[in-house]
Amino acid sequence: MTEQTATAPAPAAEPTELEKRFPGAVKRDARPGYEGYVVEAGKLREVATAIRDEMGYDYLSSVTAVDYFSDAPNANNFIEVVYHLYKSTGGGSLVYKVQVPRDNSVVPSLVDIYPGADFQEREAWDLYGVKFDGHPDLRRILMWEGFNGHPMRKDWKEPYFEEELKPFKNRWPEGQVYRIEDHNPFGRNVKYPAGFDPEGFRESADPALYDSLERAARAYSEDIDTEQVVVNLGPQHPSTHGVFRMAVRLDGETIVALKPVMGYLHRNHEQIGERNTWIMNMPFTDRLDYLSSMSNNFGYALAVEKLMGEKAAPPERAQYIRVIMAELTRISNHLWAIGFLLNDLGAFFTPALYAITERELILDIFEATTGSRMMCNYFRFGGVARDFPAGQLDKIKDLVRERLPRKIDELDLYLTQNELVRSRGENVGVITPEEAIAYSTAGPVLRASGVPYDIRRADPYGIYDRFDFDVAVRYHGDVYDRYMIRLDEMRQSLHILEQAVKQIPEGEIMTGKNPYQVRVPAGESYGRVEGPKGELGYYVVSNGKANPYRYHVRAPSFINLTILEKMCVGSKVADAVVNLGSIDIVLGEVDR
Amino acid sequence: MYGIGVLKGMWVTLVHFIQTFVDDIKWAGKRYYTPEGIAHRSSKDTKGIFTVQYPEEKLPVPEEFRYIPILLQEEDEHGNLHDRCTSCGICAKVCPPQCIWIVRTEDPVTKRPVPEPVDFFIDVDICMNCGYCAEYCPFDAIKMDHDYELATFDRHVQNIYNKEKLSKPVSYYAKIRPTNYAREEALRAAEAAKKVEAAAAKAAPAS
Ligand code: SF4
Ligand code: SF4
Repeated sequence: MTEQTATAPAPAAEPTELEKRFPGAVKRDARPGYEGYVVEAGKLREVATAIRDEMGYDYLSSVTAVDYFSDAPNANNFIEVVYHLYKSTGGGSLVYKVQVPRDNSVVPSLVDIYPGADFQEREAWDLYGVKFDGHPDLRRILMWEGFNGHPMRKDWKEPYFEEELKPFKNRWPEGQVYRIEDHNPFGRNVKYPAGFDPEGFRESADPALYDSLERAARAYSEDIDTEQVVVNLGPQHPSTHGVFRMAVRLDGETIVALKPVMGYLHRNHEQIGERNTWIMNMPFTDRLDYLSSMSNNFGYALAVEKLMGEKAAPPERAQYIRVIMAELTRISNHLWAIGFLLNDLGAFFTPALYAITERELILDIFEATTGSRMMCNYFRFGGVARDFPAGQLDKIKDLVRERLPRKIDELDLYLTQNELVRSRGENVGVITPEEAIAYSTAGPVLRASGVPYDIRRADPYGIYDRFDFDVAVRYHGDVYDRYMIRLDEMRQSLHILEQAVKQIPEGEIMTGKNPYQVRVPAGESYGRVEGPKGELGYYVVSNGKANPYRYHVRAPSFINLTILEKMCVGSKVADAVVNLGSIDIVLGEVDR
Repeated sequence: MYGIGVLKGMWVTLVHFIQTFVDDIKWAGKRYYTPEGIAHRSSKDTKGIFTVQYPEEKLPVPEEFRYIPILLQEEDEHGNLHDRCTSCGICAKVCPPQCIWIVRTEDPVTKRPVPEPVDFFIDVDICMNCGYCAEYCPFDAIKMDHDYELATFDRHVQNIYNKEKLSKPVSYYAKIRPTNYAREEALRAAEAAKKVEAAAAKAAPAS
């Protein structure tokens, strides 16, 4: 699995290669329940380069920060930036961390070593106030420029703040019903920074954005001779799949710079998650990528089960149910993605409706089993919430064996050879394999560029190691291949499903009693699944209490957007929409 | 040849188009506005028109479907209603958006908590329909309803449901969720039988 298992050896253990190479600057993380290394901030870039070039950890999965804060006197307060790395050839993770003081948190940026760190570092700056020294464009990303404070810090309070942790005290037994808005009314619920004058406030988000665009345009070509215009695509536009905005700078019809603007749907999901108890987060994960709530549940359950250990290992039948649900989700998600990619190509809604007809039938199964079509809230720590009702498994079998293969073939016949799809898709938005890895793209985007990296195979979780399937891969890295790969993946999912519905045993679906409050031992864990949109990871830290101390979501649609500018620069503005469609984002997950 | 792909695509749409009529003729007018027709349209064999004409037609909701919670009330032999709820507070503690408020009282004489809650509120604007309250209630007192037509003109007062509005007789629950109800009743009966047995075992040596 990892270099070290969760039960970290005593610091006296034999120093590893890395420690020998950088004596004093790299130390093992000796806190119980933690893994990996703690790197000195000054040496970070050197160590990161060595790890990438010499040890082969070329895929930066996640960068995030944790605020270790306590207002007790003499508490050891610091901010920790956590990096999770993998090899693009498969295998376990390497974790390293940098610890910096809270009031002066400066960490060297890794953007030029791992370009995929770009948005993630911006996010950590935005939400935690970690300054990444050397980042080329360190603006806020989810909040707006000019926002006061860093909302994931433990001492930050939201305007409608009620209590530090759930469950809130006034719910029972006194039950004084009120809405927090009434106690904390709008207009009086915001704390302004000292000396702030609302009259003198000047909006600074757009100037910063256009400034950044201009710099990027100059980097593209020094001599700006033709007149360039800035166009905003979105945030309210059907082709942006939600409230997403692309600010593009055009030279004629050619894009010379593009900056995605997001956060319109930001609700500080992670902070909500840290106020919640462990189990409460499960339905909240549904609302991330609301098209594939089962996969979201899966990732979170895995991360927490890793911390809970053996006593939360799901029984056989639950494992099979999890796989069945996750693969059905993948199919329904890809149907949606293909349908809406065709919308973006201008084939307005006929393909989309053909595709989502099949999705509808899958959602019927979810509804009958979990109670809800999209917000499934189905996984529990140690199993799933309930078994299939009578007849549902047969329904799944029918779908998997008869209807879906036929319909996927029909979609294939309908679109794949279509000349218009080909000419709009081939050689558009090309990503080379090296770029795909460097930019931390995941899922279909990565595999369409010729990198056969699928977590189900590369670092198997659940019972995926039991199934026979191929990792779908395509080699051109263009929009057309990103369409094709989704067809391939649906077929592979059907293949897995066929095996799963055949092998699924009878039996229990839950280990233990499914208590309403779970005990999670202190420590950290990173659980990741191959979601339909790519690697969906959850980084959780427990301090042994009823609420997670840190809850971070590595959102594939968010990180896949890092490469959007690269894909679009130099191509026509009409292709920006198609490129975006081929990444397949869901704003609930991008903005969190 | 250039254009073959487009033609193939058009063929697919044409097939869809024709199938609609074929299916309509086959069903001889029974495809719409009949329960069998609706069931057929959401089955694996469906071809042609797929949509359901809400609100004239409605998809039947599956038993597990969950929307807003309801509180169950048992009817005794005199026709009085009793809450199953014991105000234990578990649902309020597990509710993710914290939209349940429970008022528990004490008996003025014994100072012990009275089981039945004085009042019970759920802010259905905030409720995220997760179903946790029903899942974790140890007394089968709170369950998820099937009624999804809840639109109102006012969001401040009408959408905070109180106990009166939340309460439904157990018979209603038995009707919307028959298999769940049967399973739970069997469990409760088994448990009650165990209790009787245990009491008998206790009483036997004493006598
Ligand atoms: S509804 Fe159930 S969980 Fe909630 S207070 Fe009543 S008995 Fe307890
Ligand atoms: S369904 Fe979920 S959100 Fe709604 S009242 Fe029950 S526990 Fe709370």
